[in-house]
Amino acid sequence: MSERVGVYVCHCGSNIAGTVDVEEVAQWAGNTLSDVVVARDYKFMCSSLGQALIEEDIKKHELTRVVVAACSPHLHERTFRRACANAGLNPYLLQMVNIREHVSWVTKDKKIGTDKAKALVSGAVGRVKLQEPLQASSVPVNPNTLVVGGGIAGIQATLELADAGYHVYLVEREPSIGGHMAQFDKTFPTLDCSACILTPKMSEVGQHENITLLSYAELEEVTGSVGNFKTRIRKKARYVNDVACTGCGDCVEKCPRKVLDADFEAGFGYRKAIYMPFPQAVPKIPVIDVNSCIWFERGKCRACEKLCPTEAVDFDQKDEIIEIEVGNIILATGWDLFDCKKIPQYGYDDLANVFTSLEFERMCNAAGPTNGKIVMRDGQTEPESIAIVHCVGSRDANYNKYCSAICCMASLKFGHLVLEKTSAKIYSFYIDIRSNQKEYEEFYQRLLEEGMIFVRGKVAEVTDAARLPGEEGKLIVQAEDTLLGKQRRIPVDMVVLMGALEPRHDAKEMGLKCGISCSMAGWFTERHPKLDPVATMTDGIFVAGTCQGPKDIPATVAQGAAAAARVGGMITKGTVQIEPIVATIDEENCSGCRICNNLCPYNAIEYLEDKKVSHIIESLCKGCGTCVAACPAQVITGAHFSNNQIFAEIEGLLWDADGNGQAVSTDTKTIST
Amino acid sequence: MSDDVFEPKIVGFLCNWCSYRAADLAGSARAKYPANVRIIRVMCSGRVDPTFVLKAYSLGADAVLIAGCHPGECHYIEQNYKAMRRYAMLQYTLQQLGIEEHRLRLVWASAAEGQQLAEAIEQLVEDVRKLGPLHWPGNWDECPDALAAVDRLAEEHAEAMEVPL
Repeated sequence: MSERVGVYVCHCGSNIAGTVDVEEVAQWAGNTLSDVVVARDYKFMCSSLGQALIEEDIKKHELTRVVVAACSPHLHERTFRRACANAGLNPYLLQMVNIREHVSWVTKDKKIGTDKAKALVSGAVGRVKLQEPLQASSVPVNPNTLVVGGGIAGIQATLELADAGYHVYLVEREPSIGGHMAQFDKTFPTLDCSACILTPKMSEVGQHENITLLSYAELEEVTGSVGNFKTRIRKKARYVNDVACTGCGDCVEKCPRKVLDADFEAGFGYRKAIYMPFPQAVPKIPVIDVNSCIWFERGKCRACEKLCPTEAVDFDQKDEIIEIEVGNIILATGWDLFDCKKIPQYGYDDLANVFTSLEFERMCNAAGPTNGKIVMRDGQTEPESIAIVHCVGSRDANYNKYCSAICCMASLKFGHLVLEKTSAKIYSFYIDIRSNQKEYEEFYQRLLEEGMIFVRGKVAEVTDAARLPGEEGKLIVQAEDTLLGKQRRIPVDMVVLMGALEPRHDAKEMGLKCGISCSMAGWFTERHPKLDPVATMTDGIFVAGTCQGPKDIPATVAQGAAAAARVGGMITKGTVQIEPIVATIDEENCSGCRICNNLCPYNAIEYLEDKKVSHIIESLCKGCGTCVAACPAQVITGAHFSNNQIFAEIEGLLWDADGNGQAVSTDTKTIST
Repeated sequence: MSDDVFEPKIVGFLCNWCSYRAADLAGSARAKYPANVRIIRVMCSGRVDPTFVLKAYSLGADAVLIAGCHPGECHYIEQNYKAMRRYAMLQYTLQQLGIEEHRLRLVWASAAEGQQLAEAIEQLVEDVRKLGPLHWPGNWDECPDALAAVDRLAEEHAEAMEVPL
């Protein structure tokens, strides 16, 4: 039985009709293309009247297939699928032809536009006849959620969900949650004490009945799909029994080994071999660092074990693998600081009094290594002048092109702290001051009034090689002042490099585990940059905070809450629809060559040893079709994008081609596919 | 289309996430480019089976465009690398068949690169115009023996082939 196709060509006002003769296209389709039983043009196909027209025709003409030539399917495919479904036609028996974005808007000549539209309609009619009815399947959603990363984004998302009554597993790789925000002294522009606003949230996480906190743990593997993920988490050995430990800190105090703290203190301060990153740590349980512990190094000591009043130290502890089933996953993995050593002309690691922004944060922090005193590397001398260098590794074609978004405001904050705590002169070397959020510009104005000195110019060099009088024993910051139009050499005692925010060094790996991609710069890719900045291309995986791109604390908190809201919505609904565009293998004809097995990035293809054939796990398949294209026996079918459908589309598109560069006469030819 | 300029017919396979949206963006931005490319939407450039390309030539296409997300930005993580490999293989094969390399083009265009895609299409059309028509189906029509010879070859080796014909 041949199909009965309806073709609908939209005017879109004059958007399409201006460059495409829509009446002619419809008429031509009706007269020329085989199996087209009705072809119409209409002013606005997407209007309720336009949809009603299609619905009536489906019933009246007993249409089995519908082609709508209008705008991009990304805009209105859903609309017309719904119209089909309303009239009792399977929504996947619709094909859209994009004659607006791909034809009328990019073509000047009406004849050429009309010809192209005809070819595209011909392709769609050829393909739609081979399309098959598909059913979106529905799966239940596990109400538990996994949040990866215990910085402010992860904390916010976790608390939102837990407060709503859902269980959350929060995985944090460091010994304590808190993230970068816990390292900061003040937050701009309000100058709130960072710890004062963060620690209440941290302890809430630690005590919440709906939260299972897995600190010092890492996500190892994710399998399954939206609604039903299975995750494997490695809980690293702390060498301290978390049930017995009371967090008294005796062990830390008595530990004889002191090492540089490259994590929490950003390499600026020291900690013990058994340590809590900071006094307000959650959970308040120390960790033994095997790389610096004397026992692990030489087999001697165990002072902590002897002195522990509750016998919580356990040198035999092993990593533990925990398997957790969740319905959704929120990634809030944060950022790494740009390695300032990559720019040797700025002298970091070479000149003692060049600091990174994180080191300076720790220095300003009252709980930090200098108790909040701003002093030079010797730990005593107060500087007489400080230079802040903006855009170190960002807005720089050699390193990262993007703007790190927060450094301008952070350096204003530093400026304020320096002016408040010292009598030093403070210079800011900037390209542009970006202060475009609520009360940010006012903060900039305030710093101008407070006497921070702004030099507009990208710093060329920081050096200790004195050339001019007054430069002896100083660090000289050289930059072209683009407002004065001349080179400046400003001698200072201390330099702070505002390093760029970079994606986590292992972000790509994490993305692979969860089946999401990263942008060119390495940030996680959201589903839509404007309209869906929280979801990702993999259903059930959400992103929050700086792992998606540089952002300040308010934006991070907002995104954390937004991700939780999305997950909450999924849980409340209870089930999730899964797109039926997946691949299937005809086991009867599969030769078991296994070529397809390694092509799938989602590990959706398994090899059935007993049957000696490959098999696609439907719930894991995302429908890219790479395996379909690779199968040498052509026994893999990609639903909605099968070989036959695409061949028919190619044939239809080329209805007027014979390879001679001549158009085939359109009068008599009937296209059959 | 004017009589003196050759207007090639080109089939374009554009991935759903980046390049098809780039073409949408080119439209929204009203970027004007030649109308020679007729676009087929595929979910991923990795879906493009080399036989699609050959099929297009055999049905009278003068060139084929494959466009996908930039390497490293594939929405299916890494499937555009597979497209890249197939492209290299196809170019090699097409060379053996005497088909000029400009008749197959691989372009990366992110959803934000409407203008770049329009420019790439303009360049492709210009290059293929210089080459003239491919005349592939015509070749088969003129040499019916060749087609029969291919069929015979397959029959002779049918036993050796694991895959049922």
